[in-house]
Amino acid sequence: MALFWASTVGKKLVMAVTGLLMAGFLVTHMTANLLAYLGPDEINAYSRFLHTTPEVLWPARLVLLASVVLHAVSAYQLSRTSARARSEDYAVHRLQVATIASRTIRWFSVLLALFIVIHLLHFTSGTLLPGFLEGNPYANIVTGFQTQRGMAVFYLAMMVVVGLHVYHGAWSSIRTLGLSRPKAHPLVRPIATIVAIALWLGFSAVPVGVLTGAIRPAGDTTYTAHAR
Amino acid sequence: MRLTLRVWRQPAPNAEGRLVTYTADDVTPDMSFLEMLDVVNEGLTEKGESPIAFDHDCREGICGSCGMMINGVAHGPMKATTTCQLHMRSFKDGDTLTIEPWRAAAFPVIRDLCVDRSAFDRIIQAGGYVSVATGNAPDGNTLPVAKGDAEAAMDAAACIGCGACVAACPNGSASLFTAAKLSHLSHLPQGQPERYRRALMMVAQMDEESFGNCTWFGECQEACPKDVSIDEIARMNRDFWMASLFERDEKVSTGTG
Repeated sequence: MALFWASTVGKKLVMAVTGLLMAGFLVTHMTANLLAYLGPDEINAYSRFLHTTPEVLWPARLVLLASVVLHAVSAYQLSRTSARARSEDYAVHRLQVATIASRTIRWFSVLLALFIVIHLLHFTSGTLLPGFLEGNPYANIVTGFQTQRGMAVFYLAMMVVVGLHVYHGAWSSIRTLGLSRPKAHPLVRPIATIVAIALWLGFSAVPVGVLTGAIRPAGDTTYTAHAR
Repeated sequence: MRLTLRVWRQPAPNAEGRLVTYTADDVTPDMSFLEMLDVVNEGLTEKGESPIAFDHDCREGICGSCGMMINGVAHGPMKATTTCQLHMRSFKDGDTLTIEPWRAAAFPVIRDLCVDRSAFDRIIQAGGYVSVATGNAPDGNTLPVAKGDAEAAMDAAACIGCGACVAACPNGSASLFTAAKLSHLSHLPQGQPERYRRALMMVAQMDEESFGNCTWFGECQEACPKDVSIDEIARMNRDFWMASLFERDEKVSTGTG
């Protein structure tokens, strides 16, 4: 086990497994978010289910926390090793197939970590959200994105980063695990592309929905009439 | 053709290096890149200056000795081609070419464009072999190898160990080299007994040699003069975790000593 962790390939495998776990979580999270389009009852019921089922909530939280920590620690250590391996750069270096996603993933992942903290303080603890209502995520989403426009813009920007991260990360993880099917070109990655775009659009749909009025405050008559 | 060359000149391993500008006159399109450098060196020698040092041997693209960064691309602009097989018709009259040695902490510069690639040799020594009983050559076809396996092994064995993968990788990773050397044995029946132990040993040695790690930029595959695929790296990783899970009795040492 110690040898596994000491190896760069071992650390990459840890990153791949934890990365895929987190990507799986993101797909669930994004799908659940879209319940907001069905009205307050659906998404609030889902939230209630999670909060009244600690045997689901807490294992999930612990696995995610462990994943974030292991993923970040591996990434940090591996990027240090790589920086040492290429300490002197070329006067001219033309990358041929490296994508924007793969080139930005290191620094953007720092931004993502920051976003996760802000996001938890915003919608989970409510620290950053004046008028936060415990157990009413629907109301929180609406108040959050309606009253804090800057926050909505920040979320939308970060969802591009999430998409880029998954575009490179999901594809890499499968390869790191050695489970990929042979491909002639590194840019051909239909599954990672679909998942990344789905996550980006799906997550962005909620702030966009609130900003455009598609997701309205629960008391809004036009909404309730429609729901009934 | 008349070209401007900006060439990395470094007199000794720990000496200060810099890019020096030369003019290459009378370059013909059918010269190979190394022949063009030979002509430049001829001129330098006549003027009493020290010629540009670069590694080369077979000059037919199979030995893996040559290799340099040409305008930021390992082995220059032509795909699947070593520097010696690159011809000057790939360039235009008046072009400026920046020529640098492979850059990686594991490949220290010896002089000018020559780098020390013995780290690769030590990775091979760590496990890039099969242990067989010696004696007479076995009879033909006593060990059947399926066509697909033979082809896959050959694709990996095409690696000439030139180091372009490491040079092109923004992480300075030797994953493609190590994976190719693992793959060409792991596809063959002779390679099976030591397959998983070999993966552990060679990966350990790769880490020992201060190479970086793979983040799947894909640059190595593009740079490879032998078109070795990054799929080999996926296979190396799979063998590595299989080995970590199931290979318990063998003691893995780091280093070749």
